[in-house]
Amino acid sequence: MHEMSLAESVLQIIEDAARKQGYTRVKTVWLEIGQLACVEQESLRFCFDVVMRDSIAHQARLEITETAGQGRCAKCSFEMPIAALYEACQKCGSYEIHVISGDEMRVKELEVE
Amino acid sequence: MCTTCGCGIGQTLIAGHALKQPRKPGEVMRYRVHEVGAALAHPHTHQHGVLDGVLNGVLDFGAGAAGTHAPGISQSRMIKIERDILAKNNDYAAENRDYFLTHGIFTLNLVSSPGSGKTTLLVKTIAALQGTLSIAVIEGDQQTDNDAARIRAAGAPAVQINTGKGCHLDAYMVGQAMKQLHLQDHSLLLIENVGNLVCPASFDLGEAHKVVILSVTEGEDKPLKYPDMFRAADLMLLNKCDLLPYLEFDAELAVDYAHRINPKLKVIRISASSGEGMTEWLDWIAMGCRNAVADVQRTAEPKVLLE
Repeated sequence: MHEMSLAESVLQIIEDAARKQGYTRVKTVWLEIGQLACVEQESLRFCFDVVMRDSIAHQARLEITETAGQGRCAKCSFEMPIAALYEACQKCGSYEIHVISGDEMRVKELEVE
Repeated sequence: MCTTCGCGIGQTLIAGHALKQPRKPGEVMRYRVHEVGAALAHPHTHQHGVLDGVLNGVLDFGAGAAGTHAPGISQSRMIKIERDILAKNNDYAAENRDYFLTHGIFTLNLVSSPGSGKTTLLVKTIAALQGTLSIAVIEGDQQTDNDAARIRAAGAPAVQINTGKGCHLDAYMVGQAMKQLHLQDHSLLLIENVGNLVCPASFDLGEAHKVVILSVTEGEDKPLKYPDMFRAADLMLLNKCDLLPYLEFDAELAVDYAHRINPKLKVIRISASSGEGMTEWLDWIAMGCRNAVADVQRTAEPKVLLE
């Protein structure tokens, strides 16, 4: 259940920004979660609702943008979409694939008032 | 965590005492004012409703972003944040890492499923290194201080972190535990994470290396089933190897799977109870400690300005 900790970190980021930007209510939160990030989206949605309760983001809408996994083979430099960390290079068969995108977990944007 | 309003920091305990709050009391921003009846039902160390818009039950319509209010017109606006969800943890981890680097402390974060033999391995490691190195241990478990007691009985100072409902240690908890341990310069710090092959992979504690322990009584395909952890680790200890003759576990296949996830992963076959492979593991630790000390001396040397 580390999605609970992630949701708490999201709230912390929202509260830090509220101090600087002076808003009192968050209506929508946009997150960017990579396909290869260690996050279960349904679980994160559940935890988000629980953690945001009674906070400045009470009943805020959660929008998650999923970014696709992309890897580059260390042997032959071939770039390919990857859905899991154990996939082999589609060109040379090597397992030495470096993730170049798809493992991010970011708070992108907020709609506030 | 207060179940009425969701405030508080959960059930995390360090050496039996509640974790100091990362946020100062009164800093927590709550939208709703806490009900008086509920406030009496449980103790609070913070205030609710401290944000400008809702203070002491007063709704201030001029506190919005626009500074005024017109009926029916929303004051909403968009704000770009672009911040990593784990940024806060990473900040605490960077503080810990900086402390380790400047004091020559070699720190390992030991991760595995429950029952892989982490604590037994630590007890044997402490026994073998006693007299050559100063060692301290941070133990993470949901409940009980049984593991810290075992470590202390083995002769090393240990602090137990109880994560309550939590499934992993984070860098803030480790920073608080470090303060209680009074770590010596040029020492070895072993952090035994909560037995869990999933969540601890995402949380940097400031360690030099994550060491993943896989025991041969588990499945060979664990690296494929839990890839994040094997990708985050620098060393894999294949533990309980003395049991291999009695099991159908294919050690070659397990190592092969681990290398699919992380081709650079170093592997040591080991048995904490029979002692097999312990020398290689202890040598690896000794080398890490020497390098940690050498790094301090290198950075401490006065810089000579070239003409």
